[in-house]
Amino acid sequence: MSESILGISNIEVVYGHTVQVLRGLSLEVPRGGIVALLGSNGAGKSTTLKAVSNLLSLENGELSAGRIEFDGKPTAGTAPHQLVRAGLCHVMEGRRVFEDLSVEENLVAATYARTGREQATRKDFNLVYEYFPRLHERRRALAGYLSGGEQQMLAIGRALLARPKLMLLDEPSLGLSPVLVEDIFSIIARINREQGVAMLLVEQNANVALALADYGYIMESGRVVIDGSPEKLLGDDDVREFYLGMAGAGGEMKSYREVKHYKRRKRWLS
Amino acid sequence: MDWLFFIEVSLAGIGAGSLYALTAIAFVLIYKATRVINLAIGEMLMVGAYLFFALGAGWSLSWWLAIPMALVGGGLLGMLLERGVIRPMLGENPISVFMVTIGLGSILVGTVELIWTSAPRSLPGFMPDEAIFIGEAFIAPNTFWGFVIAAVVIALFLLLFRFWRGGVALRATASDQGAAWAMGINVPAVYSLAWGLAGMIAAGSGILLGAMSGVSPEMAMFGLTVLVVVIVGGLDSVFGALLAGLLIGWMESVVGVYLGGEYEHLVTFILLMLVLLVRPWGLFGSHEIERL
Repeated sequence: MSESILGISNIEVVYGHTVQVLRGLSLEVPRGGIVALLGSNGAGKSTTLKAVSNLLSLENGELSAGRIEFDGKPTAGTAPHQLVRAGLCHVMEGRRVFEDLSVEENLVAATYARTGREQATRKDFNLVYEYFPRLHERRRALAGYLSGGEQQMLAIGRALLARPKLMLLDEPSLGLSPVLVEDIFSIIARINREQGVAMLLVEQNANVALALADYGYIMESGRVVIDGSPEKLLGDDDVREFYLGMAGAGGEMKSYREVKHYKRRKRWLS
Repeated sequence: MDWLFFIEVSLAGIGAGSLYALTAIAFVLIYKATRVINLAIGEMLMVGAYLFFALGAGWSLSWWLAIPMALVGGGLLGMLLERGVIRPMLGENPISVFMVTIGLGSILVGTVELIWTSAPRSLPGFMPDEAIFIGEAFIAPNTFWGFVIAAVVIALFLLLFRFWRGGVALRATASDQGAAWAMGINVPAVYSLAWGLAGMIAAGSGILLGAMSGVSPEMAMFGLTVLVVVIVGGLDSVFGALLAGLLIGWMESVVGVYLGGEYEHLVTFILLMLVLLVRPWGLFGSHEIERL
């Protein structure tokens, strides 16, 4: 059994045969670990996750080069639902709950992820409700009527019910209030600790993500530009300035009008 | 005005409407699960009726054997059409897919005419034929039993969607395909299931319709009124399909008797136009329906 649950090496993704989004991206997620994948808008973070879960075809995307291994096996040619059943669960951006189904039915739909493994029982549902008591209160409500935070809980709850070895979390903090973000992330940390689920976490909110992760990658224009432990990334002046919105080397906030800043940013990108 | 006569006409209309409702459910099922506007639904219905005709009259099997076999045949036809023709078209422009279903319809009609010619046939009887009275109102036995069977089948399917685990998978796929796939639901298999069930329902309505008014390739025109029914009810609403089916069946019958048969379709399409003007997404459909 290999050391890492997920290994991505040198992948390239092209949308609609024309737009290249990923250019030789590599990363690794250790078993039971949390890895953060950070970067600005359009860097290709979500695309990376879709490439892993084989959902690119839904958006006319294609993995044109490189190799992805999940749990020691290459994922190429495996249908998305089979990957999920093998223990790779993708919590997509924007929550994507089934709005016309009740909360409980959403969870029932997620039991399909257990096809071919031990069937989900009442205990699994109770485990989800234990992590998210709010979902238990609203279990008969239609998912479309839940608040944004509750929908995010449901999205993670569905993934939890799937008993994955690896969760791909795409921006769980999107559109949530700071208090809720803290709640959701502490539960994510608990799930990782108590259930031993490895996580690949895509975030815009770098501060929160790095507080949780064991390792971080920062992407820009379809490739990894810097990686390392959270301490290293948080200590790096460029990272602090360009991704965390904190003051860089000089200690005071930089203005985009300054030529020096622009040059440094440009060097960083190329 | 003769109220008893009016009630009799209304009952006949509601009986016919129950078949519109049943066929419309097949249409809605396909639309919800795969977002395909299937204009071949009338032709699928006709093929179902002919299958029963071939098994029941041609091979002289008894009806309790011929009907299930015709239903299975209809289901297989639905799955075959999905797998062979519709799935390769996935991701194409909705108009292209919609045009393909028109072509499919012509092919089905042509095949039926090649095998059975276009002469009208009558189905072997399988329903009790003593006259039915509700109070004092007379209702033709075929219409009455057709209504009862359609109602039972519709109720069965509603329960199935609600409580069966596969029904949850169907509704989940209808609600968000990508998310369903990422939840471990085998989406292509759900497509097959939806088309298979729809083919079965369509074959069932074909057999009932054939029992009421005989079998001929012209039965496929029934699909045109079903299209009106689902547009009025809202393309993705099962409840809308039921209500609009009964409403249009009743309207056609009343108008046909009091104004004359030539007005039946006129009134149906006026209703369609009014609904499109006021609520383009149908009476109960959801708002953001894909533009064609």
